[in-house]
Amino acid sequence: MPKIERPDTGLTRRALLATGAATLALPMLSRRAFAAPTELTMLAWYGHAEPDIVAEFEAENNVKFIPKYYTGGDNMLGLISQSPPGTFDVILSDAEYVQALNAAGYVEELDPNDYALADYFPEFQNFPGNWQDGKLFSLVTRFGFLGVAYNTDALTEAEAANYNVFWDPKLTGKVGHFDWHLPNLGQMSLLNGNASPYDIDEAAWTAVKEKTKTLRPQIGGFFDYGGTFSSLNDGQMLAFCGIGDWITGVLEKNGAKVRSVIPEQGGLQWSECFSIGKGSQKADLAKKWIQYITSAKGQAKSAQMAAYPALIPNQKGWEVLQAENPAEAKRQGMTKEAGNAMDMIRAGRIKYRQWPIQQDLETWNDFWSEYKGA
Amino acid sequence: MRRKISLYGLTFSLPLLIWQILFFVFPLLFLIALSFWTVKNFTMRPDFNMVNWTTIYGRGVFWQAYGTTFALAAAASVLTSVLAFPAAYAIAFKLSDAARRWAVFLMVIPFFTSYLVRVYSWQIFLSDNGIINVILGWVGLGPFQMLNTVGATIIGYLTLSFPLVVLLQLFSLAFLDRTLIEAAHNLRCGRVRTVFAVVIPSARVGLVIAALFCFILSFGDFVSPVYLGGGEPTTLSILITDTTKSGQQWPRAAVIALTMIGTLMLVAFAAVKFAYKGKTK
Repeated sequence: MPKIERPDTGLTRRALLATGAATLALPMLSRRAFAAPTELTMLAWYGHAEPDIVAEFEAENNVKFIPKYYTGGDNMLGLISQSPPGTFDVILSDAEYVQALNAAGYVEELDPNDYALADYFPEFQNFPGNWQDGKLFSLVTRFGFLGVAYNTDALTEAEAANYNVFWDPKLTGKVGHFDWHLPNLGQMSLLNGNASPYDIDEAAWTAVKEKTKTLRPQIGGFFDYGGTFSSLNDGQMLAFCGIGDWITGVLEKNGAKVRSVIPEQGGLQWSECFSIGKGSQKADLAKKWIQYITSAKGQAKSAQMAAYPALIPNQKGWEVLQAENPAEAKRQGMTKEAGNAMDMIRAGRIKYRQWPIQQDLETWNDFWSEYKGA
Repeated sequence: MRRKISLYGLTFSLPLLIWQILFFVFPLLFLIALSFWTVKNFTMRPDFNMVNWTTIYGRGVFWQAYGTTFALAAAASVLTSVLAFPAAYAIAFKLSDAARRWAVFLMVIPFFTSYLVRVYSWQIFLSDNGIINVILGWVGLGPFQMLNTVGATIIGYLTLSFPLVVLLQLFSLAFLDRTLIEAAHNLRCGRVRTVFAVVIPSARVGLVIAALFCFILSFGDFVSPVYLGGGEPTTLSILITDTTKSGQQWPRAAVIALTMIGTLMLVAFAAVKFAYKGKTK
């Protein structure tokens, strides 16, 4: 009987067993890579948990964000109050709502030593609303200015740099309102010369109402977020009250002929702050996220958010942005040149958007409804 | 004679009863209770306080919005019914069986797409630089402002309810006793007179119910007044969002919502009564 020669593969039984065992053990050796990502819930305005912002953090920390987007601070408060504690790990809030979150006990206290506050511009290190009784409850992460938004075919920047342009006869029926009383009436208050537009007495409030009423014949509509975008984009509205670069910046980047300008009477500032939701089971990871998004790298990303751009309070973030995307840094005024965003704040041209101090919020809202119905 | 409810009948009607209790009666009771709650520091508190009712009913803007909403919904109902009737009539009496099936299919197709998307697409037609104004421009007309007007809101209402109204009218006309029409013709009644003297009275129930559905849909619609009407004039649905947008005033929004529900119930009862007026079993 002829002997069958086995080909010499160089693979012994022992080597085969060792290779097999190693292959089987591989996932155990790198369990982290194969483990299901930890879910982190985020309550925020649209855009904050989209891939352009969170993808890097998710990959580095094996996290998957589960966003719940809201439109408006009241909507946010409603969602939190209707959910069990711990539902939202990370909460993004407009600055004026942070105190309401605190008062209702919806957010955890933060340790200021955990965050790169020293890298922030001094004006933002003790940002109003973030602190209460010396305790930190949220961290401002981005902000923007509200002024006059205008169609560049219809108005020059010089024309638009004054709130009185809304009364221009050539804009009759072409002035839009972002449908929220706070920014619109704040701008009317600035136009009336109130240095603190939300801290006005009854006489000044009456004057603001009277002035606002005279604008009514000019108004072509009251628009929500989507309607504001489309009416500016298709040229249906040629000027807009109550918004700024957070809307026009997106449109401008996509080729629409719209811009925003801070008028000579001054502009308003909106600000967004991150907090950790009360009762979060993943507070450490939530903290890690806030550390990331307030770091120089995270801030540069946040400034360029696809959903809506914004200014950032971290000065090292400005440097990263200037290196990464100098055109965007210049467009938003986050450069070292004179007249940049911080200079406008320091020159006193920008006032915080906030709740009315001498009137109820309800009073302002009721007037807004009456104005709309007029 | 008093009818006895059998176990058989109860078995089949029970799911409907449970459904109505769970998804209509309970939420309605909650809405009623909510309208008496108060809000402090953005937090709603159970209470029994009339302040929300007196505040809302004491505001001129509420009654203005109420009148506007009612008038717009009524106008949409009349307009939709008038425009839908020739279509429903043609489908019911003029088309072949095959063509009728296609027509019904075409009327159902709009429901495959989101109403919001359909309304947004209207903006492309109605805006100052939109398709209609561009075409008008070719013949030296316009541009006319069509978007952000009451007319655009009505177009939105038509978009919402026209296919449904046509279908409801069609079902009513399809089941019409055709011998009545033949009898009218035999008695030398003209075509137009037959429509008004025989067809419409005979199909009255379906026509009224179709108009009622249009009224209900338009009365509560938020999308068209905002995205085609530009938010003005203020309708009740816009007023509800305004009320909740500032200060978490859900109890006041509940007052507006309950007023809307009450109005719709009254209109529905009145419409049904009118539809069956003079009808016998």
